Amino acid sequence: MGAHHHDDHDHHHHDHEGSDLSPVELRVRALESILVEKGYVDPAAIDVLIETYETRVGPRNGARVVARAWSDPAFRDRLLRDATAAIAELGFTGRQGEHMVAVENTADEHNMVVCTLCSCYPWPVLGLPPVWYKSAPYRSRAVIDPRGVLAEFGVDLPAATRIRVWDSTAEMRYLVIPLRPAGTEGFDEERLAGLVTRDSMIGTGLALAPEAVAS
Amino acid sequence: MNGGQDLGGMQGFGPVRPEADEPPFHAPWERRAFGLTLAMGATGAWNLDTSRHARESIPPGEYLTSTYYEIWTKGVERLVVQTGLVAPEELRAGAALTPPAPVKRVLKAADVPAALARGGPCARAPAHPARFSAGDRVLTRIMNPRGHTRLPRYARGKTGTIELVHGVFVFPDANAHGAGEDPQWLYTVRFSGRDLWGEEADPTLVVSVDAWESYLEPA
Repeated sequence: MGAHHHDDHDHHHHDHEGSDLSPVELRVRALESILVEKGYVDPAAIDVLIETYETRVGPRNGARVVARAWSDPAFRDRLLRDATAAIAELGFTGRQGEHMVAVENTADEHNMVVCTLCSCYPWPVLGLPPVWYKSAPYRSRAVIDPRGVLAEFGVDLPAATRIRVWDSTAEMRYLVIPLRPAGTEGFDEERLAGLVTRDSMIGTGLALAPEAVAS
Repeated sequence: MNGGQDLGGMQGFGPVRPEADEPPFHAPWERRAFGLTLAMGATGAWNLDTSRHARESIPPGEYLTSTYYEIWTKGVERLVVQTGLVAPEELRAGAALTPPAPVKRVLKAADVPAALARGGPCARAPAHPARFSAGDRVLTRIMNPRGHTRLPRYARGKTGTIELVHGVFVFPDANAHGAGEDPQWLYTVRFSGRDLWGEEADPTLVVSVDAWESYLEPA
């Protein structure tokens, strides 16, 4: 208790610049200032890293891959045979996408991707993972109760549809090719890409019906 | 190790809560924690497997009550101390108190796009043929190493089938501990839900893990 009183006292009389920051904000700020001062990191490089994943890399990339696969049977074959090379044709390469595998949903089988051990995710095509993908509820249940998880995403598959869960325990990164929605005959790739959601490429969602998207 | 990171099959965490139109980061400090982690990784002071092991070494109670970027921050704190780049008293003081140690490289802003495009490929040239082929039945090892492993608890001592043969890859169990890359053949091994979870499992469920050759024996 004595220490507590002291802290309160201290707090009132030392109104340093970080006093309105939370403990984790202070912790990260302190770490950055030590690492910058020691010359291990360049804060401008940190800015570029952040900007890259905040503005340049995201699930629109993956949607273009899926739309191409739906439109071009030869590309689909290449994608299923060597996803890393096929995805590189569209310019999406590099960190956390060095070794890609594409898995295709069919009327009989639905694919879903998880990383039970951490947060492995195909960054070049999907960007950084959402919080739920990295969270204990998803990581724990995707492998034991995938239908229950899908229900929480509003996805209700026929009981006969097989569920295929890929636990990304190595450096292979998985991209789900969702089923192409009905009523999209004649759509060009750009229009098709508009139907491909991030979750449909993880397997926790389905591609949107054309009626769901304003034309 | 059987740490707080090995979550497959645990129960009681409650529902998954998707967030509509979720931003990449939820606070400015998350941005910095993300960028710091990648920038420090680029120094070459440790590898991806070492950093995963640093995060999973956070005691389970703390791991499970930390947010994602808190875990990353704590991981970097552990790694900079382990590698002698930062002294524990510097972390406590929040300031540099000793001269820097040498690092292999410092990532500059202009080099970020090339570094990200290069990534960190983990495939290596095979030194010998793969022991298993697609369709082979295999038994995963029963093991509980104190160090890093990528064979989750729920998939140990289980019988499955080789589905894909990916090639030869850096072995994390060795690479995380400075024991070299020890490259091994990597496979996707599929298991029926019932073989993993028992009779109550969804009869249509198939789960796979990616497993290095030394995790596997012929079944």
